[in-house]
Amino acid sequence: MTLKEIKDILSAEVISGDHDLEKEIKYGFAADLLSDVLALGRGSGVLTLLITGITHPQVIYASNIFDLGAIIFVRGKRPAEATLQLAIENQIPLLATPYIMFETCGLLYQHGLKPSIMRVKNG
Amino acid sequence: MAEAEERLRFNEMFHIEGGNFINAGAISSRVKKILKEAGFPGKIIRRTSIAAFEAEMNVICYANHGNLSLLITPSFLKVVVKDEGIGIPDVNLAMSEGYSTASEKIRELGFGAGMGLANIKKNTDEMILTSKLGEGTHLEFIIYLDGQETQFSSE
Amino acid sequence: MTVFDLVNIFELKVRAGNDQLQKEVSGGFAGDLLSDVIAHSRKGNIWITIQTHPNIVAVATMKELPGIILTGGREPDGDTVQKAEEEGMPILVSPLLTFELVGRLYQIGISGMNPC
Repeated sequence: MTLKEIKDILSAEVISGDHDLEKEIKYGFAADLLSDVLALGRGSGVLTLLITGITHPQVIYASNIFDLGAIIFVRGKRPAEATLQLAIENQIPLLATPYIMFETCGLLYQHGLKPSIMRVKNG
Repeated sequence: MAEAEERLRFNEMFHIEGGNFINAGAISSRVKKILKEAGFPGKIIRRTSIAAFEAEMNVICYANHGNLSLLITPSFLKVVVKDEGIGIPDVNLAMSEGYSTASEKIRELGFGAGMGLANIKKNTDEMILTSKLGEGTHLEFIIYLDGQETQFSSE
Repeated sequence: MTVFDLVNIFELKVRAGNDQLQKEVSGGFAGDLLSDVIAHSRKGNIWITIQTHPNIVAVATMKELPGIILTGGREPDGDTVQKAEEEGMPILVSPLLTFELVGRLYQIGISGMNPC
């Protein structure tokens, strides 16, 4: 689905990347802790949406390393200024939704977004 | 490694601040950008970035501060991470999967699963880890290139 | 729906609180930032997280959550299990990652709460 559809499903605000709304997203990955994001090493990057409550620049760096497609902040959170600047520099679209992570993941899954990685092998 | 014979094509050093979780990944992100712009293949970039990220996280979690150097030669990439801090008492133990000395704060941030060093080993071709208690740790890893054409390969 | 039902439907492994699985589940909450869990979770929410340290038991107990599910194959720390047994807090584990487990929970009718 496109970022625009994601925006509509989640009543999300587009914080950066308005011009990128036709971007295709196929996978979702939910993480509140950066260490978890490392699991994305096996994922498919550009088609992945990171669903997170982390608002620090950490998320942009992690998105760079794994070439993530876009980031959506949940629980009504907004990115820190430094995070926003980095996102613009790195051309990573940022969205924000008032829904909590549970609802966000639930809705996206229901609408067909697949998990980025199926399951974790030990380690 | 016949390092002395290899021509160093690129050498840059980055500073890592201990405890700076907010900007975690900043350095490995830059490493990745450099490799991407140089034209290295995706797999090489991914392995190097992940290893660099784990190394960067170790400095942030456990050291006072450190430096990460990226060296590029026509036949391999080398990353050297030196930090100043408490050091590692038992390197072999530290290398084992699941072993962790993470503080509560580190665990609350989700780190400290004890997989970092093992992950570096998994993603690299050679790895050296030495440490001096009370002083710091020295980590080096190498990823071999298989004659790929990049910005750095031609004369 | 009870915690026990979730254990069966999703083949979760029980690591603590085996005798407390009858608790009712009225919704779900996913998150690893403890301050967010404290601020936004509601009584009766099953908690999906990757946090494994003992503080999760205190938080879940305080917010009256019926149980905690650790995703991505994570296992609770030894002292977490101990604390959970003392408090009667079920801790379950799943190899699925958070996004997928939440998606599936949602599909069987467990929902998140109103927007923040």
